[in-house]
Amino acid sequence: MPEVSKTMPEVSKTMAEPDNVLLDVKDLTMDFGGLRAIDAVSLNVCPGEIVALIGPNGAGKTTFFNCVTGIYKPTNGAVMVHPPEGKSQKINGFKSNRVTTIGMARTFQNIRLFQNMTVLENVMIGRHCRTTTSIIGAILRGSKTRRQERETIEISYDLLEKVGLVDFADEFAKNLPYGAQRRLEIARAMATDPFLLLLDEPAAGMNPQETKALDELIVRIRDKEKISILLIEHDMKLVMNISDRIYVMEYGKEIAQGSPMDIRNNPKVIEAYLGEDADA
Amino acid sequence: MEYFLELSSSGLVRGSIYALIALGYTMVYGIIQLINFAHGEIYMIGAFVALIVSGVLTIYGFSGVSILILAGLIAVIYAAAYGYTLEKIAYRPLRNAPRLSPLISAIGMSLFLQNYVLLAQTPDFLRFPALIPDFEFMEPIAHIMGSPELVILVTSAVSRVGLTVLIKYTRIGKAMRATQQDMTMARLVGVNVDNVISMTFIIGSVLAAIGGVLVGSYIGQINFYIGFMAGVKAFTAAVLGGIGNIPGAVLGALVLGLTEAYAAGYISSAYEDVFAFGVLVLILILRPSGLLGKAVKQKV
Amino acid sequence: MVDNIKRSLLVSIWFVFLTFPLMVVKVNTLKNIVEWRWINMLWVAIGAFVLSIVWRWAMERRQLKNKKAEQGEEESVLPGFGQRLLEDPKIFKPVLIALALVTLVFPLVVDIYQTNIMVLALIFVVLGLGLNVTVGLAGLLDLGYVAFFAVGAYTYGVLNSFFGFGFWISLPLGGLMGALFGIVLGFPILRLRGDYLAIVTLGFGSIAKIVIENWEEVFNGAKGIANIPRPGFFGAEMSIHTATTYTYYLMILMVLFAIFITNRLKDSRIGRAWMALREDEIACVAMGVDMARTKLGAYAFGAFWAGLAGVIFASRNTYINPNSFTFMESALVLSIVVMGGMGSIIGVIVAALVLILMPEYLRAFAEYRMLMFGAVMVLMMIFRPEGLIANVRRKYAGRKVVTEDANARG
Repeated sequence: MPEVSKTMPEVSKTMAEPDNVLLDVKDLTMDFGGLRAIDAVSLNVCPGEIVALIGPNGAGKTTFFNCVTGIYKPTNGAVMVHPPEGKSQKINGFKSNRVTTIGMARTFQNIRLFQNMTVLENVMIGRHCRTTTSIIGAILRGSKTRRQERETIEISYDLLEKVGLVDFADEFAKNLPYGAQRRLEIARAMATDPFLLLLDEPAAGMNPQETKALDELIVRIRDKEKISILLIEHDMKLVMNISDRIYVMEYGKEIAQGSPMDIRNNPKVIEAYLGEDADA
Repeated sequence: MEYFLELSSSGLVRGSIYALIALGYTMVYGIIQLINFAHGEIYMIGAFVALIVSGVLTIYGFSGVSILILAGLIAVIYAAAYGYTLEKIAYRPLRNAPRLSPLISAIGMSLFLQNYVLLAQTPDFLRFPALIPDFEFMEPIAHIMGSPELVILVTSAVSRVGLTVLIKYTRIGKAMRATQQDMTMARLVGVNVDNVISMTFIIGSVLAAIGGVLVGSYIGQINFYIGFMAGVKAFTAAVLGGIGNIPGAVLGALVLGLTEAYAAGYISSAYEDVFAFGVLVLILILRPSGLLGKAVKQKV
Repeated sequence: MVDNIKRSLLVSIWFVFLTFPLMVVKVNTLKNIVEWRWINMLWVAIGAFVLSIVWRWAMERRQLKNKKAEQGEEESVLPGFGQRLLEDPKIFKPVLIALALVTLVFPLVVDIYQTNIMVLALIFVVLGLGLNVTVGLAGLLDLGYVAFFAVGAYTYGVLNSFFGFGFWISLPLGGLMGALFGIVLGFPILRLRGDYLAIVTLGFGSIAKIVIENWEEVFNGAKGIANIPRPGFFGAEMSIHTATTYTYYLMILMVLFAIFITNRLKDSRIGRAWMALREDEIACVAMGVDMARTKLGAYAFGAFWAGLAGVIFASRNTYINPNSFTFMESALVLSIVVMGGMGSIIGVIVAALVLILMPEYLRAFAEYRMLMFGAVMVLMMIFRPEGLIANVRRKYAGRKVVTEDANARG
């Protein structure tokens, strides 16, 4: 058994050729005061992949997301992005709006919708960084502004259709049921035209049917929209079903990576999850 | 040099007064994250009650120290009652409202209380009797620091020590600290959070009233509007020291008091408020969590 | 019922105790006389008793409403008159026409004094509309808004007294100066959260007044600037009466202009970003909105209107001094926004007219004005946080109509 876990990561690392990677995180470290929340974690995502980041509560997964999306500035390490179009760059310390504009959009573990705006408006905000109307432009409302506005509405309705929320378009976001709020967050993130979608526990609080629908939705986003996905999730069934590769974190460190099969049989992972449903 | 000492003394006096008010702000903010905009009005009401009581007592022939003690005591009781009522009416119904709501409610309360005193009493300045006696032993240094200044410094310091003891060693103090850390958790382990919040307002109001009585007696006149500026300054002091942090509020108050005194003495008294706010803006930009405050990362 | 009365009696006794020294006793410390006003005690007792019953009833209703909202039930009561007024064209159109007529003939049927007050009310409408963007839409609580109003007024005053600039050149300059100050003051405080922001902006407001008061060379200190010309009309000579009427129509145009522009912004990329920023700053930035730019935009835009209003204010009064720019004015504009319903344009207009005109016409009320403002601000927050006229949410017709049609056909 130990041999397997030692060899497998090597194999998966060769899968990620540097010229064919979207997100390449190397030795990312994050300290809070004297506390090391993330310790030299490396991770990459290739085009067309669904990559999962799992680990027990408090392992530092969300902090990792926050470092990658510019909400925190990492202490050390490099976050490199290689967008399909556009130039590669190191994005450590970029503000989160710049990260999103580059093409990586996220959802939040504790849903952060714009509660008192309508469902449609929530998605329209996602279009903000892809449109250009200025204050003056909005006042004059010229043909370009009108066209952009029309497109924004058009695209937003499309996205709502894709996540199955069209019927709620004029509802306030706060009035949506829980599962629908999570899907709305995904639609809002997709509105920013990302090449990589970062989902932070998208299935949290969902019932089995909702989780199954989410499972299909994520795969559909990857296949139809050609958006790669990095997700944090506790629902092992979902993770094992849809992920191409899985990274496991514990106490801020990366303890394993590989295909779902490897991870399922990795003794370190089993140990970390002892008592949890590692073999689900 | 003497001028410098004189300014320092007046700065410390101001700082001591600011500290008494700032403690109320910082305690309330620490527990319910509200700028109690009407806190300055409590201080003003404390001063007014003391003035009224001492006026009545003077006419009925009481004298000297007995007036000071009675007036102070009644002022403190009334301030506590006002603080308690204020929280119950204007803030408690808004416990779960969006953050802006209680703040606007607080501004409304501030306007209301100011105008209540204006209408019930007078819009003019009232002469406040000099309640603090002159001590002979202060005579030699009276040009730098007189008896009233000494009394203010000592009273303020004693009140602060009292507060520290209360918070560190009593049951209610422990409950207050627990509520400040985590209100939900405190409630779960059986702390009556509503009582703790009421108590916080009461303690804060008591301290503010002490400040009000001292200031009235020191400056010699009060009107309905004194609470506004004092409140803003004291809040500035609390932010300066790191809001929610009790030693920080005292430190911030003293720093602010000295800054103002020096600015007024060496530059121009007209611009002392500009300096006070300048310091506030500077601190908030350079060190948003204040001198002694801990940086809090918002959880995402 | 008995319990209710018993509790109200207790409340009444409590308030009699609470208000005793301030309401009953009045000392004259110079002459050493005490005046005992026992009658006030009676009023307080009765007032507190009645209000306590009303308060408890209102609180019960509020709880009921909240419970319903929690269970997802929309309030089933008929839409309020305000709502119907806005949505039903049958009511909406004639009311609008009548309103337009009244507005047009107003200065012709009333005297110059009334017109002048109306101009002041309209100035506050513009101020309210401006602050409504900063506070209501973008959620940035600004307690020093009066500073920008002062910037506008003094821009005109100074430019006129030093360089002889006229009203029409000064008007846009005043607006731009306001916006510029909005950006300059907004920049250092971008990162501050709501309540810190409030206190710092309050500081800015006070600083502005202190600077004006003390900088004699430029602003003429506490004496203020006099002889500021009224708005001109191609150099035509105008009597005070004509000039006032003219200013009135100008103000009407300006209000319409402000409504038009704010409305357009509200339904645009920028307006949505402002609202999103108000709702959740972190999520908003994570969705690609540039926080600094958006916030500064909101500040500058709000300040721009204050600047414009300031210029008109200076020309209406023909005299300005620092006392017109105190915290009270900021609080007044803020209560206009809060009472009107944050983000609601019609609400702001109604609130501004009510708050400015009422004390002018009800002299008895004037004395109690600030007291009432304070009470109203508290009560609004507790019982009607959405304001007099709630902001109507915008529905984007477009695709939905198309899909429904398709469904109908299919």
